[in-house]
Formats: sequence, structure tokens, C-alpha cells
Amino acid sequence: MAFLKRSPWILHYDASSCNGCDIEVLACLTPLYDVERFGIINTGNPKHADILMITGGINEQNREVVRNIYEQMPEPKVVVAIGVCAATGGIFRECYNIVGGVDKVIPVDVYVPGCAARPEMIIDGVVTALSILEEKRAKMSGAAQMKDDARHAEQAGEST
Amino acid sequence: MNWLIGAVLFLVLAPIAGGLIAGIDRRITARMQGRVGPPLLQPFYDVGKLFEKESVVVTTAQNFYVLAYLIFIALSGALFFAGGDLLLIIFAFTLAHVFLVLGAYAVHSPYSHIGAERELIQVMAYEPMIILAAVGLYMVSGSFYVTDIVTTTIPAVLYLPGVFLGFATILTIKLRKSPFDISTSHHAHQEIVKGITTEFSGSTLAQVEIAHWYENVFLLGFVYLFFAWNPAIGIIAVVVTYLAEVFVDNVTARVRWQAALKSGWFAAVIGIANLAILSYMMLGGA
Repeated sequence: MAFLKRSPWILHYDASSCNGCDIEVLACLTPLYDVERFGIINTGNPKHADILMITGGINEQNREVVRNIYEQMPEPKVVVAIGVCAATGGIFRECYNIVGGVDKVIPVDVYVPGCAARPEMIIDGVVTALSILEEKRAKMSGAAQMKDDARHAEQAGEST
Repeated sequence: MNWLIGAVLFLVLAPIAGGLIAGIDRRITARMQGRVGPPLLQPFYDVGKLFEKESVVVTTAQNFYVLAYLIFIALSGALFFAGGDLLLIIFAFTLAHVFLVLGAYAVHSPYSHIGAERELIQVMAYEPMIILAAVGLYMVSGSFYVTDIVTTTIPAVLYLPGVFLGFATILTIKLRKSPFDISTSHHAHQEIVKGITTEFSGSTLAQVEIAHWYENVFLLGFVYLFFAWNPAIGIIAVVVTYLAEVFVDNVTARVRWQAALKSGWFAAVIGIANLAILSYMMLGGA
């Protein structure tokens, strides 16, 4: 089933971004780009989200927050790092408080370049993330299937 | 036998109809905002997706409460379409929402608790009016049974304009539409995280969504009762009422809970005034 690809819900978090990329993320929701055409909804709740869109290079204070949000999201989930700061730390890279990229804290699946990232690029990044999301779902249901089979085999072994 | 057919048809068709209504609603909303909007079947994709997600439930009691919510909503709707007693239907309907509130209180998230409190306020706001609506329909048709109300030849809405207006007001609360979408909302997902559904995820959230579809179909059926003397007018009235709700949803901002409570009770006052005048007229006539 490919419901997941048709209904990706997004959680957007600003991890010490300059706000440039955040404005572009929200621009995707405006009538001009209207990402709800693809079933994309911006939720404010990690427990409802499938895609974590994260901007900024992460500082020491929100490192824990980012990890917490990531862990609260149910599988399958993907992370999209938006803007050059989220990829490498960008112009803030040398700052004493900047961790320097989202992938220093949580696994990232898609990097969207740009300063600020254009809405078209962000939408393209999300569409790329969708195929990864589908892959993860297939892997997840495969793993569940294997676990189930193993359990049945074990029970069969016990009964004989 | 008819009652059984009505109940079964409701249980089978209402989720389909409810999902389609939600899809049409989202498209109309998008057009009102100058957007293209999602595909018509988007609500079904959403619910299908939720069933594919991993279960991250911490407090397993919430699953039981949400299932009870779904069952009692479906039961109250089935009783309605079976032509049952309107009072029993309303009590089953209220009980369903009590289970939803308990489910939100069962978890440890403060956001969920705020959502639950707000849902209780909503129940307080709409409950008087929904009972008055049943009483009004009884005064006109002489029966609390939906079978009798629906076959009456008296144009109920002409006797109960105030009651209908009050019911339309609380319908906005029940459909979770602005300005009264205080406990959780279809839009503005940033409002106190997600209100009452904050801690529900995956298949639990899908059950809440399906229950909401059942609920919407049941409520639109309730609107139909006011126009039941003529089926054609009835269906047109239901469509117009729903479109008006979508319109109101898009042109108003969310109010505070105090204002929502006052509006619900003001609607009840209009309803009582309507019933008082009606009973005076009936006594005068007799």
C-alpha cells in the first residue's frame, strides 16, 4: 500500500536558524505553492509527523530538543535538513555555540541546499524524502514479518 | 426489519460518506483560500497512512477509551438511522465524548490535558442545545422516535426557527470548525500542539478520525429531521447548512473558550425562548 507517500505530514523545527529558511518552508504552504495538493500537512506534533523538516545548525541548547523530537516521531520517519546551515553549519559554522549540522545529532535523509533554500527546492527535497519514506516502510513491514515468522517457527518448535 | 437495514447501512456507508464529505470540505476550503487543495480521497489516504505507522502508545489505556469512543459514536448513529429514541441517541452520543475525554486524560501530556478540558467545555456548551433540539422535535411531532419525526408531515423548521438556529450554532462546535474549534482543529495545527488528539498517533488517531466521520454523518442526519416533511428540501437544507459551516469556518478566527461557552448557552436561550413561544401557541390553540 502506498498511503504513506500520499499523506506525508510534516513537522517543522527551527534549530537556531536565522529564520530565512523557515519563511521559505512556510511559503510552501501558501496558495502559490500549496503543498496540500500532495496531501502534505504541517502538523505541530511530533507524534503525528512523518517528515521532520529542520533548519539551522543546531546550538548547544536545542541539541536535546532536536533529539527528543526525533525520538517522539513514530516510524517510518525521515529527516530533511533545509538550508546550508542545517547541512554544515553554514556561515555560523565557526560560532562557539553551533554544533554544525543536523547530522551531528540525528540521522539525516535528505539535504536541501541553499541560503535561503528556495520553496521549489524544499518541495523537491520533500518529494525525494517520500521515496525514502516508502523504502523505510517496506523495510519496517519486512522486519515485522521476519519477527512474526520467527515467532511462529519457535512456537511450532515448542509444540513438536 | 427496516430499522436493521438503516443501522447496517449507516455502519457500512457512513465512513465512506463521511470521508468523502471531509474530502469535499477540504477542497472547498482550499478554493476559498485561493488554493488548489488536496485530492478528493485525501482523508482516506490519511487514515490509511495512520494504520501503516508504528504504534508508540505509552499508556495503553488510551487505546481502550478511543475504541469505546468510536463504538459509542457508531452506536448512536446506528440507533439514529434505525429510527430509535432521540434521547437515548443523545445520551450514547454524550457518553462517546466522555470516553474521548477520558482517553486524553489517561496520558501524561499536559497538552493533551488542556485539550481534554477544552473538550469538556465544548460538551458543556453544546449539550443543553442538543437536548432542546430533541425536545423541540418532540413538541412538533409528538414523539421522540426518529421514525415518527421523519414521517411527520408538519414542517418542523417553521415551528422551530430558533431551535434550528441554535442547533446550527452548536453544529459548528460539533464539526470542529472555527470559531469554536477550541479542543482540536482541522486547520491551525499549532494550536496547543494538537489539543485533545496530541497523544493519539497511528491507528488510534485513525480511529478518532473515523469516529469523526460517523459523527458528521449523524449530525447531518439530525439537520435533516428539521426538514423531514419534504425529502428534496431536506437534502438541499443539509447541503446548504454544511456549506454555510465551511464558509463560517473560513471567515472566522478561533474565539476563546469563554466565548465558545457563552455562544453555546446563548443558542440554548434562543432555543428555550422558541420552545416557550411554541408551547404558549399550542396551549392557546387548544
